[in-house]
Amino acid sequence: MALITDYLVQGCQMLLILLLAPLLTGWVRVIKARLLRRRGPSLLQPYRDLFKLLGKDVVLAESASWLFRIAPYLIFAAIWVAAALVPTFAAGLMFNWTADLIAIVALLGSARFFLALAGLDVGTSFGGIGSSREMMIASLAEPAMLMMVFTLSLLAGTTELSAVAHFMLTAEVGLRVSLGLALLALMMVAIAENARVPVDNPATHLELTMVHEAMVLEYSGRHLALIELAASLKLLLYLSLLACIFAPWGMATAGAGLIAYGFGMAVYLIKLAFGGLLLALFESSIAKMRVFRVDEFLGAALMLGLLGALLLFVSRGL
Amino acid sequence: MMSAASLRTMLDDGQPVTKHHPWPRVIVTAELWNALLDGLASSDWTMLGLWGEIGMAHLALYEDSSETIIVASLSCPDGRFPSVGRIHSPAQRLERTMADLIGLQPIGAPDYRPWLDHGCWPVRHPLGAATAPTGMRSPYRFLPAEGESLHQIPVGPVHAGIIEPGHFRFTANGETVVRLEQRLGYVHKGIESLLSGATIDQAARWLGRVSGDSTVAYALAFVRAVEAATKTVVPDRAHWLRALMAELERLANHCGDIGAICNDAAFALMLAHCAVLREKILRASAECFGHRLLMDCIVPGGVIADLSVDGVKTVRALMAELRRDFPPLVELYDNTASLQDRTVNTGFVRPALIKQFGCGGTIGRAGGRAFDARRWPGYPPYDQLTFETPLLTDSDVNARVWLRIHEVQQSLHLIEQILQQLPMGPVYMELNRPGQICEGMALIEGFRGDILVWLRLNADNTVARCHPRDPSWFQWPLLEAAIENNIVADFPICNKSFNGSYSGHDL
Repeated sequence: MALITDYLVQGCQMLLILLLAPLLTGWVRVIKARLLRRRGPSLLQPYRDLFKLLGKDVVLAESASWLFRIAPYLIFAAIWVAAALVPTFAAGLMFNWTADLIAIVALLGSARFFLALAGLDVGTSFGGIGSSREMMIASLAEPAMLMMVFTLSLLAGTTELSAVAHFMLTAEVGLRVSLGLALLALMMVAIAENARVPVDNPATHLELTMVHEAMVLEYSGRHLALIELAASLKLLLYLSLLACIFAPWGMATAGAGLIAYGFGMAVYLIKLAFGGLLLALFESSIAKMRVFRVDEFLGAALMLGLLGALLLFVSRGL
Repeated sequence: MMSAASLRTMLDDGQPVTKHHPWPRVIVTAELWNALLDGLASSDWTMLGLWGEIGMAHLALYEDSSETIIVASLSCPDGRFPSVGRIHSPAQRLERTMADLIGLQPIGAPDYRPWLDHGCWPVRHPLGAATAPTGMRSPYRFLPAEGESLHQIPVGPVHAGIIEPGHFRFTANGETVVRLEQRLGYVHKGIESLLSGATIDQAARWLGRVSGDSTVAYALAFVRAVEAATKTVVPDRAHWLRALMAELERLANHCGDIGAICNDAAFALMLAHCAVLREKILRASAECFGHRLLMDCIVPGGVIADLSVDGVKTVRALMAELRRDFPPLVELYDNTASLQDRTVNTGFVRPALIKQFGCGGTIGRAGGRAFDARRWPGYPPYDQLTFETPLLTDSDVNARVWLRIHEVQQSLHLIEQILQQLPMGPVYMELNRPGQICEGMALIEGFRGDILVWLRLNADNTVARCHPRDPSWFQWPLLEAAIENNIVADFPICNKSFNGSYSGHDL
């Protein structure tokens, strides 16, 4: 019986993130529109777009290989699984014990690898530009992310997220410089990984400045729907990750019962809304940086992560 | 040496054409034409325009030191003329256009590829022999750029956003642009063919549609050329109202441009605010003159509608709003470091190139070339108004933004003066009918730069030939220079800071 409940709760979590992801994207868009004194599209617009795309035919470039066709499914699957591994409303769910932060980084890395390959596959110049830029960004974002993971694991003694979340709730953590640095590093990585301003502009129509959009320029129909959904999931993943590690309050523990789950859910939604609001505010107040400044930005993230880890070697109290 | 002589003394040898106003037109021999080309290469002359008709090539020149404008015409009955582009590169695209439209062949030209004619027209040389196109055309050859690890990026003519069509062929080494080659002509509408034989009123409407965002400036250039040719004296109030419209158009476009440039750096906040300002200006224009873009409001002989007392109030209220809302935006631009990081030092154009190309407008004045057609050759009522011509020397995207900001401030100042001093009286005067062939030209400062219109009227007051020259002709080529050694991702912001007209260029 317990096993069945575990499955059910885990299933709920997977479904929940899938359903919430477009809403989060819509929420960020609405806030950004309001900040520009525009009315903006409805919160539900991303869902409508996805349904529209799912109903459309796929237009494939003549030069597209099998890789181009399967990449959207692989990318979507990898990111969905990665997102399902992050505790959202409850910690200690079934999948939480099967994979840790490093596995999440690896899953995201695989998704990116296939996306970059798909960008190169059709042989258009924009896809190539996008893939090359994405790889440049990734080569700095991934180590920065890993450095952040090391800092956390040094502190918590584990890379497993439920345990990390549990550890962060204990009184012994306190205010730590290393955690502050790790938080900054993770936020910078999150901005870069999700192709947000100032690293990339998700709303741009200028082919030559695109990174993520350039790679998916040739996609259409259900392929595009999957890629869009995967991008929304990734944003949700990073916000959940930030919430889980640095604001784990209100999270239910496994098997705590429906009321606790409900409370956890409400708190989680508030966290997401707040995260989306901050993201929209940040994006609206800054211009996109020059492509060659991105390495400085992510280099800073890497250094912050490194510094956090080093500080812990100097003193466990920092 | 011939080129040491001033433009006017050189052309004393030519045969002046009567009935060409307000500046002289001189028919020159081939020797004199060649001497002029040498002068163009070695002195401070600027080419204002190069166009043709069947059997004749026209070259408009401007001498800075003596403030002279002269049109030199070379008769070429065999359809060939000594190439100007051979010596003076700004003329190359104009020559290729002459070859496409009329069939005039420049001898010794460095580039014989077609320019506007992409081989899709139902007719060849539409302004010349107008023959049916023959057979398949060989594909367009882009200029080669060879070297290890160079790759090409073709962009357009269909873009991801809703903008006008143009093809840009980048040769890049990674992100660094080695060469950019433009290909334009996708929105050729055949306006010059439409103009030949049109009545003056029809032609004025066509001219207002050469480039929609400059409809006032084009209409103004055309009617001033017509009025010069027919020697019509337009009532004072009409001049003032035309200037009011021209400044409203400049304000609206500059506001839009400032926002759009910032938006290309993903700073959408600026675009949102600037779009509000632009919209307010357009609505005030519609309220005062009946059209948001002021299309067809300027007619030969005057303006279509007078400005009512309420209209004056509307514009006054608009000015007050702009005076209140614009300065905070300037501050926002100035204080956003991430934005400045994108604009400063991006898209630098060498001032020497700007001077050689005679590039006007914001690009020219942001790069140290002080030419402003409102000041010289000047036209009423600007001689009675006080205004500054802002001048910057940095010649980068930042300078072009700031130049627009300064020009907005000058336009506000101008409009306030116009409202104060607006004379009373009629706003329309019937055109004279000279009853014989006459020619006129005009140089008008649009928001992009100086627009040249040259025309010849038949004895029955219809248009025999009219040539509008957009400022973009001398700006597009500089964009190719501006992007060199920049990165590919910075092209959109450079392009937007130029904001060249596709429609006005492709005609």
